[in-house]
Amino acid sequence: MEKRTQFPVGWLPYALVAPQLAITIVFFIWPAAQALWQSLLVQDAFGINTEFVWFENFQVLFADETYLDSFRVTAVFSTLVATLAFGMALALAACCDHVLRGARAYQTLIIWPLAVAPAIAAVLWAFMFNPSIGILAHGMMLLGYDWNHLLNSGQAMSLVVISAVWNRMPYNFLFFLAALQSIPKSMIEAAAIDGAGPLKRFATIAFPLLSPTSFFLLVVNLVYAFFDTFGTIDAITGGGPMRSTTTLVYKVYQDGFKGLDLGGSAAQSVILMAIVIALTVVQFRYIERKVQY
Amino acid sequence: MIENRPGFTFFCHALLIASIVVVAFPLYIAFVASTQTAERMLQFPLPLLPGGEMLHNYATVLTHGVEGASTAPVSKMMLNSLVMALTIALGKIVISILSAFAIVYFRFPLKNFFFWMIFITLMLPVEVRILPTYKVVADLGLLDTYAGLSVPLIASATATFLFRQFFMTIPDELMEAARIDGAGAMRFFWDIVLPLSKTNIAALFVILFIYGWNQYLWPLLVTTQEDMYTVVIGIKRMIPGGDAAVAWNLVMATAMLALTPPALVVLLMQRWFVKGLVDTEK
Repeated sequence: MEKRTQFPVGWLPYALVAPQLAITIVFFIWPAAQALWQSLLVQDAFGINTEFVWFENFQVLFADETYLDSFRVTAVFSTLVATLAFGMALALAACCDHVLRGARAYQTLIIWPLAVAPAIAAVLWAFMFNPSIGILAHGMMLLGYDWNHLLNSGQAMSLVVISAVWNRMPYNFLFFLAALQSIPKSMIEAAAIDGAGPLKRFATIAFPLLSPTSFFLLVVNLVYAFFDTFGTIDAITGGGPMRSTTTLVYKVYQDGFKGLDLGGSAAQSVILMAIVIALTVVQFRYIERKVQY
Repeated sequence: MIENRPGFTFFCHALLIASIVVVAFPLYIAFVASTQTAERMLQFPLPLLPGGEMLHNYATVLTHGVEGASTAPVSKMMLNSLVMALTIALGKIVISILSAFAIVYFRFPLKNFFFWMIFITLMLPVEVRILPTYKVVADLGLLDTYAGLSVPLIASATATFLFRQFFMTIPDELMEAARIDGAGAMRFFWDIVLPLSKTNIAALFVILFIYGWNQYLWPLLVTTQEDMYTVVIGIKRMIPGGDAAVAWNLVMATAMLALTPPALVVLLMQRWFVKGLVDTEK
């Protein structure tokens, strides 16, 4: 798609794209190329000798139990976050679309956590679940349930999921509400005249019409759980206990900055890039085609 | 109103109110904690009603920071966050609107190549190229500077796409008329394109300000000096690991201060915020 007429070409268009290109090359393309290159190298402990080893870093990585574990952790974590945020948001959006009075106020009071940084949200939740003084941990103790997410891996995972869902649910809510409000009222009315109740109408009219939005949200929720929850995990568990909350992104950071394993960290970066590219391609292909019944 | 089902409507209100309470609960607990004395925070169980130390606690963190946690005063950290968020938001808008303008209104060699180069950045979030990007910034001597905090986050494919899409909807006749009247490209940009883009710029600004303010991983890497911390990472530094005593009343006061500016932006500019969210994800 192009404009019919255009301005004469001189140096001007190059000057206009130059700032963006400069930043893109220096901070995106160049580092990404470096990551690709380093993923094929092995450096000795003192950083003196570097050896080209083809795909050895990747072989080591996939033979590494801890790396495979972080794949599993990422899968569990992102599935839980994506589906929980999705399901709760859908229910709330359907309710908010149904009520006439106060819908606007409800929207405002539900979406504000979107403004809160994942790391800050994590601090708030970690405080409430703090094993020694947390108010919810105390409540659970009264009920005879021992809470300590610093020792128990299952509890650590639950807390990270709760914090991420709290942070992410409003985003889903906003998109569902917009999609529901754009469904023509005449369709709903026709179904109501035919005798369909609210649940039936939702299942047979609204839900199918929401499928493009739903698909889009599932993909972006996955991207969020993969990449944007670094702050959540770092602030609540630091990847522990016993690596039970170490996701792929967290492990790149740990191996690169704490472990100083350049080749291994770069190889992990390359694998992450492949995942992002796959997700982006899926998103673009299907969004373009508009999944619909 | 399609039909009258008081039971179902009541159920919807109940569910919405219940979820609002659940969503707001962490904020309320944090606020209550931020108004207590340090001694009260050590007693069990924690209070559920606000105490009387609110002004004192907030003044303490703003001017002195948290004792024993080696962080700068929170006012300085908030200033850092503000500079970073504003630079990112304004910088992104400026470079994206310029490059989108070039891509839409000029036909020049290498245009498609440039466009794809910008597009690729969509697929390279900071998280996947942490170490090499850090190294570039370190080599440029930008660690612990505002430039190092914000410039690497300024390039953005989404903002460029948004402006490109919007420019496509501006009628061609406007440009033809401007050219007949003798306006050059930049004149057309200032007098016609920029005023027409106002609402898009406002929506994008709100989104990007929040994005910038809430950054975590990047400031964590590039700042080592306390007085360059942003407030979002500063708060993490106030909670030392292990069993060391944490001044929770002060930490929660800082948390309240850290989340207030973006929350206010969302509440006061909700319309722009929603528009920005929906637009940038198209």
